[in-house]
Amino acid sequence: MAEEAEKPGAHQPTALYIAVEQIGKRVTGVVEELGGIVSLGWSVARWAVRPPLRVENLFAQLDFVGVGSTFIVMLTGVFSGMVFAHQSSRAFMLFNAESLVGPTVALTLTRELAPVFTALMVTMRAVSAMCTELGTMRVTEQIDALETMAVSPIQYLLVPRVLAGLVMVPLLTMLFNTAGMAGAYVIAVNLKGISPGTFIYRTQQWLDPEDINEGLIKAAVFGLAVTLIGCYKGYNASGGAKGVGQATTQAMVSSALAIVVLDYVVGVALH
Amino acid sequence: MAGAQPMIQVIDLHKSFGSNHVLRGVNLSIDEGSTCVILGTSGSGKTVLMKHIIGLLKPDSGRVIVDGEDIVPMTPEQLAVVRRKFGMVFQGSALFDSMTVFENVSFALREHTRMSDDEMREVVRRKLEIVGLVGIEDKYPSDLSGGMRKRVGLARAIVLDPKIVLYDEPTTGLDPITTDYVDQMIIDAKKALGVTSVVISHDVASAFKVGDTIAFLHGGRIVEQVPPKLLRQSQNPAVKVFLSTWFEKGEY
Repeated sequence: MAEEAEKPGAHQPTALYIAVEQIGKRVTGVVEELGGIVSLGWSVARWAVRPPLRVENLFAQLDFVGVGSTFIVMLTGVFSGMVFAHQSSRAFMLFNAESLVGPTVALTLTRELAPVFTALMVTMRAVSAMCTELGTMRVTEQIDALETMAVSPIQYLLVPRVLAGLVMVPLLTMLFNTAGMAGAYVIAVNLKGISPGTFIYRTQQWLDPEDINEGLIKAAVFGLAVTLIGCYKGYNASGGAKGVGQATTQAMVSSALAIVVLDYVVGVALH
Repeated sequence: MAGAQPMIQVIDLHKSFGSNHVLRGVNLSIDEGSTCVILGTSGSGKTVLMKHIIGLLKPDSGRVIVDGEDIVPMTPEQLAVVRRKFGMVFQGSALFDSMTVFENVSFALREHTRMSDDEMREVVRRKLEIVGLVGIEDKYPSDLSGGMRKRVGLARAIVLDPKIVLYDEPTTGLDPITTDYVDQMIIDAKKALGVTSVVISHDVASAFKVGDTIAFLHGGRIVEQVPPKLLRQSQNPAVKVFLSTWFEKGEY
């Protein structure tokens, strides 16, 4: 009898057991997902070099990801440069070092802000649309239809999108840099009274091409990562409209996290 | 169909998804030029079986022989060649909603042939005519009714003159008049093109109308494969329950 009475208690999971189980499930889920994204990336790479080259699809995506994001990236760039110049000049004026406003803004923009903000803008504007479009195509069997017509959905749909991210995010980052520096110049020179010569000379003195390159390498990595995540989530969506919505939300969160994590990883790897 | 060669043979096919053993040794043979309706309850594995026939899924074990070739061990490249023998009409039509009717129907032509635009227009016009549609090439799928989308889906499926056309639940969700129209479309397509047709359905009335044979899928196996009139005499308990439920509903 005593044994029987103990039995139910013996199988009661403790709070610690449940917590460990939940953490384990989360970790397994993340590892599985990372594996899926890497595996999809490998498939995309293999299909990218196989004929036929789908130039029309590629240009459509370059236009959508790149040209379509020009305005929002420029606007974000201008205001980022302006606010950064405004705040840094306030600080530097405290110890008469206003001449450092230009280089400070330039280094921060090129190394960090431009690639990160550009990738975030592209994620919000283009990757969300990619994920939703692919997810809708998946749940309405349009992707299956492609396969039954002997057309690889990876080559037809995913390769142009991932290549567009890889190419256009660095280009948009350059645009962000330019717009940001223009915004910073206007604030520093016109509102804060720093001489144009000082602003430009000091910026040239401190800014190396490697700083710009670092930002562009980061931008390419971010572009590849966010488009792959968006494509992976959309391509594997299931469960109708709700499933597509969930896939898009997950794609946005995962992309944003990937940007900040990769920013650190690439930054450390380059130094 | 006496003396006809089998176009599709499924031999001892098994497929599991995790612990769910969906197909448990399916055996099926479909003669060239005939229409076989795979009938079964929802969730019985009909669509899974169809996806094996076209090579979208790999079985755990068993063989799928299409036009004399076992497609199970094939590479994706070899499968792509075999898939050109197929046309597939999806339950929800699966038309590309960013493309016009012309672009949808001509999609496979653009991918797999070197036809000029004029030649493609002519082929598309003829295929649309077979399914009873004229002058809708420039419309988008969102401008079409459910029945019209199904017909455009069929026109797209037959554009490369396939040997086999697969229909996934072609009448699900349609009103009785459109259902009748889609049934007739399947019969007409078979007559006009001489294709082998495989229809996945749980609609008994449609199955009896379009099928040369009806294969009943139950418990992961084909428990009966006979001409429609013999299905009523089946002594298989699952078939009897399925048909009696249908007849009691007075839908046939």
